[in-house]
Amino acid sequence: MSIPKIIKLVNGEKGNLIRITSLNLEGVMRRRLLDLGFVAGAIVEVIRKSPLGDPIAFRVSQTTIALRKEESSQIEGVLMTNGE
Amino acid sequence: MGSSYRIALAGNPNTGKSTLFNALTGLRQHTGNWAGKTVSLAQGNVQYKGKTFHLIDLPGTYSLFSNSSDEEVARNYIVFEKPDVTVVVLDATSLERNFNLALQVLEMTKNVIICINLIDVAEKQGITINERILTNRLGVPVIKISARNKKGFPMLLDTIDRIVTGAIECQPVPMAYPDEIEEKIKKIEPKVFELVGNQLSARWVSLRLLDGDEKLLNEINQRFGQKEVVE
Ligand SMILES: Nc1nc2c(ncn2[C@@H]2O[C@H](COP(=O)(O)OP(=O)(O)OP(=O)(O)O)[C@@H](O)[C@H]2O)c(=O)[nH]1
Ligand SMILES: [Mg+2]
Repeated sequence: MSIPKIIKLVNGEKGNLIRITSLNLEGVMRRRLLDLGFVAGAIVEVIRKSPLGDPIAFRVSQTTIALRKEESSQIEGVLMTNGE
Repeated sequence: MGSSYRIALAGNPNTGKSTLFNALTGLRQHTGNWAGKTVSLAQGNVQYKGKTFHLIDLPGTYSLFSNSSDEEVARNYIVFEKPDVTVVVLDATSLERNFNLALQVLEMTKNVIICINLIDVAEKQGITINERILTNRLGVPVIKISARNKKGFPMLLDTIDRIVTGAIECQPVPMAYPDEIEEKIKKIEPKVFELVGNQLSARWVSLRLLDGDEKLLNEINQRFGQKEVVE
C-alpha cells in the first residue's frame, strides 16, 4: 500500500486525475471555484497545459474549465493512480 | 384580452435555453456553443389558453452570486424584477453540476419549474431520471423536455399555466445549513423582513448578508432605499 500523493492542481500533468481535498482560498474566489465544480471529492482531469503553464484547462463535472495559476495553485488533491 | 405573465428562462451555459426560447416563441435568437453566448435579454411571446407568456431568455451562468455581469443580470432579474415563473433549464447529462444553480434559484424565489432538457441525449447515454422523486424532494414541478426535438412542451406550458392560475402551488424545500448558520439566520431574518417585507425572501437576503454580499446590499439600498425617501 502506498501513501496517497497530495499535489496542487497547478502541478498536475496532462492526463492526471486528481481527487480534490481542499481549497485554500477565501471569499469570492473560493465561491467562484466551488460554483465551477471544484469541490472536495470532485475528480478533476488535467486536459491541457499551455506552453507557459498558465492557464491550465481542467475537466470537472463534465465541463472544461481553464484556471489561472493563482487559482490552481490553491487547490490540492490526491493524485489518482491508474485503475483507482 | 387574456392576462400576460413574465416567464424567465435561467440555467447553466449551453443547456438549451435559447433553443427552448426560439422553439416556443418562433423568434430567431442566435444559439451556439461559445460564440453566440446570450448577453442581452431576448424576449418573446407565447400564447397559451388565452394567456400571453412573455418569455425572457437570461444569460447562462454557473452561479447567481454576481461574480460577473452575466450573473448579476440574471440574479437581479429573478430577485428584483420578479417574473411570475422562473424556468430553470438543466442539462440532463450533467445534473450534479446543473443543480448548483437550480438550488440557488429555489432559495431566491418560489415559483420555479425545474426543466430538464437534452433528455434525448441522456436517454442515449442510458441515463434515466425520475422526475416524480425529484418533484417530491424539491417541492416544485420537475419536467423533462428535449428542446431541439420539441418534446415535452405541452407539459411545460401546462405547468406554467397551472402555476400562474394558482392551480398548483410551488413550495421549494428550504435548504438546511449547519446549526451555527441557522442560528445567525434566525437572529437577523426578522430585521431583514422589516426592511424587505414580502418583496424578497428574507431568508435568502439574510444568507447573502452573512456571506458579506456587498453588491446585493447596494442593489437593495438603491431599489428600496430610494422608495422610502420618495414616500
Ligand atoms: N440533442 C439536443 N441538443 C440540444 C437540445 N437543446 C439544445 N440543444 C443544443 O445545445 C446547444 C446549446 O443550445 P443553446 O440554446 O444555445 O443553449 P443556451 O442555454 O441558450 O446557451 P447560453 O446562452 O450560452 O447560456 C445547441 O447546439 C443546441 O442545438 C436538445 O433537447 N437535444
Ligand atoms: Mg442562449
